Amino acid sequence: MTRRFRILAAALAVGFAGTLSLVASNQALAQDKIKIGYAISKTGPNAGGANITQIPNYQLWVKELNDKGGLMIGGKRVPVEVIEYDDRSNSEEAVRAVERLITQDKVDLLLPPWGTGLNLAVGPVFNKYGYPQLTFSAVTDQAPALVKRWPNSFWFLGTSVQYIDALVDLLSKQQKAGKINGTVAMISVADGFGIDLSKAARDGLTKAGFKLAMDKSYPIGTQDMSPLISEAQRSGADTFIAFSYPPDTVAINDQSKVASFAPKVMFTGVGTGFPLFPQRFGANAEGIMSLGGWDPNNAGTVEYRKRHVAMHSRDPDYWGSQLGYVSLQMLEQAVERVGKIDRAAIIKELQTGTFDTVLGKIKLVDNMPPKGTYAYIGQWQNGMFTGVAPAGANMKDMVIPKPAWK
Amino acid sequence: MFVEALLTGITLGGMYALVAMGLTLQYGVARIMNLSYGEILVAAAFAVFWLFTAAGLSPLLGLVLIVPAALLVSWLIYRILLLPLVQRAKTRDALEVDSILATFGLLFVVQGIMLVLFGGAYYSYSFLAIPVNVFGVTIAANRLLALAFAAVIGLALYLGLTRTRAGTALRAVAVDPVAAQLVAIDVRAAAAIAFALGGALVASGGVLVSMFLTFNANIGVVFTMKALIIVIMGGVGNMLGALVAGLILGLTETFVATWIDPGLTLAATYTIFLIILLVRPQGLFGRSGR
Repeated sequence: MTRRFRILAAALAVGFAGTLSLVASNQALAQDKIKIGYAISKTGPNAGGANITQIPNYQLWVKELNDKGGLMIGGKRVPVEVIEYDDRSNSEEAVRAVERLITQDKVDLLLPPWGTGLNLAVGPVFNKYGYPQLTFSAVTDQAPALVKRWPNSFWFLGTSVQYIDALVDLLSKQQKAGKINGTVAMISVADGFGIDLSKAARDGLTKAGFKLAMDKSYPIGTQDMSPLISEAQRSGADTFIAFSYPPDTVAINDQSKVASFAPKVMFTGVGTGFPLFPQRFGANAEGIMSLGGWDPNNAGTVEYRKRHVAMHSRDPDYWGSQLGYVSLQMLEQAVERVGKIDRAAIIKELQTGTFDTVLGKIKLVDNMPPKGTYAYIGQWQNGMFTGVAPAGANMKDMVIPKPAWK
Repeated sequence: MFVEALLTGITLGGMYALVAMGLTLQYGVARIMNLSYGEILVAAAFAVFWLFTAAGLSPLLGLVLIVPAALLVSWLIYRILLLPLVQRAKTRDALEVDSILATFGLLFVVQGIMLVLFGGAYYSYSFLAIPVNVFGVTIAANRLLALAFAAVIGLALYLGLTRTRAGTALRAVAVDPVAAQLVAIDVRAAAAIAFALGGALVASGGVLVSMFLTFNANIGVVFTMKALIIVIMGGVGNMLGALVAGLILGLTETFVATWIDPGLTLAATYTIFLIILLVRPQGLFGRSGR
């Protein structure tokens, strides 16, 4: 026992010493550097999403900033230093890490963690210390209410209702044109994202006169989808909607292909827009729909994609990634316009200013990008996850029915 | 519909059994409660993914390379990392506690290496995802393959353990390591072999499930938990028990998902686990070796 205690004490001492040296080095450099901190899920269940949508964007943005010489503040470029912690996909850990970044590391700016849950968890801390929180991996219907309570919070992915409205609109049009019947089969993962979106979809679809022939949820981590897929197959629905997470998204498509289940509209959740998806399914990705989507004719995002691939040797995801980069560009411009680290002024500028981004000029409305800024619903078309809704100039027509599995 | 649920359940159960068999050897015979078990499985999945995408090697050929490699690595882990614990442990319980702590550390080492090499993103590839018609039910060929492997490995090991001299020696170690020494069994060598065999089994499980599951560097613990439940349900160290317990879990999950509610699959799994623990705490087939 004593031996174990000694080892433990030694381990603690080493950890403590490491912490001290980190703090010391930061203080020495405080004058000529801008410190940007973030806690993100490098391990645990959130790591898969964080590693695709978020971390590559942070790395790309910081590298580009420092290649330029840093943030332009008061007429000179100040290099950016990053302090990164792993929140281990745990909300208490995320809160602790963010508090530590603020109080001990004394960072000038914070970047948000990954996912709806963790962003809600750290929201009060960001708010208490007055740091802008530009989330781009959180979807919540509470966003408008949260903006009132936390004016420092920005929700680039918006609310679940906005996605469902766009989807229901799209489906209603197809039904009126006689392309699909009025029956829908829906499954959802029993976790924040699935619960929120399936609830919104249940309301939206019923209101639009659709019949939900199947409405089931499954536990997070389920990768055997055959029973659900055969039930959907039997339901006679032309439209199949799954609010799923990446591993289940792959499993649903894979097992639908094996079961030759090819509904006219096939919509799957997070992961459909990941670079993994076309790699995995090739030509079979064609026609599959999900959240997000890009405008193939937008030069800004095409250029962004090129830079992303050059640095990370893989595509960004087609939903949150571009908005993540947009949010970072806006933060950069807001800081440079204010000309100093005055966080209240930066928040004010983010709320009211117009910014030049890869998605064009953006002015936020109620701390969210207004409708029409980016696609809510997309579909794989010719190897590109293309935006198809909400209706607008930069949206393509939806391909229906989904081509048969090859 | 019943046949469909039955066959789907059996294939799912076969996968569970396949994933759990290595642990039952490591825990039941070598007496190492290996918490890094799932990480080894995921490491094998990454290895085959890399061989398949970078070198264009078929996962089945990958199996031929990865399984012996895992056997060797597991044997080395046992000799270098775990043998000192075995030598100083006074009782079985002490060894269990020490091995839990040591393999808990190993978990982070393996996970860390995978994170450095592959990052935390999801990986998946398509292999043998072809529909096969069995009694009018469509099942993916890769899942059938995993089931076949589970059945073959389960039966082969069961026969090997019960019908051969070496197998009997391994079972003797599982039952009573002290008495086994009295009949001239080299307990340390036997335990090392059992641990290495377990490592080879879990690697083969990793290769096979990587054909149809999406994985990332953090998913290992999911497999460790599932394997642990199956091992305890089936009886620690009992190959046949692991096979049967895996099938029971697979069938339960599929039946519940088909006829009751897919949201209740986890609840059903744990209910069965609880019932078995209450009624037969030693597991379905008793503690070890049979």
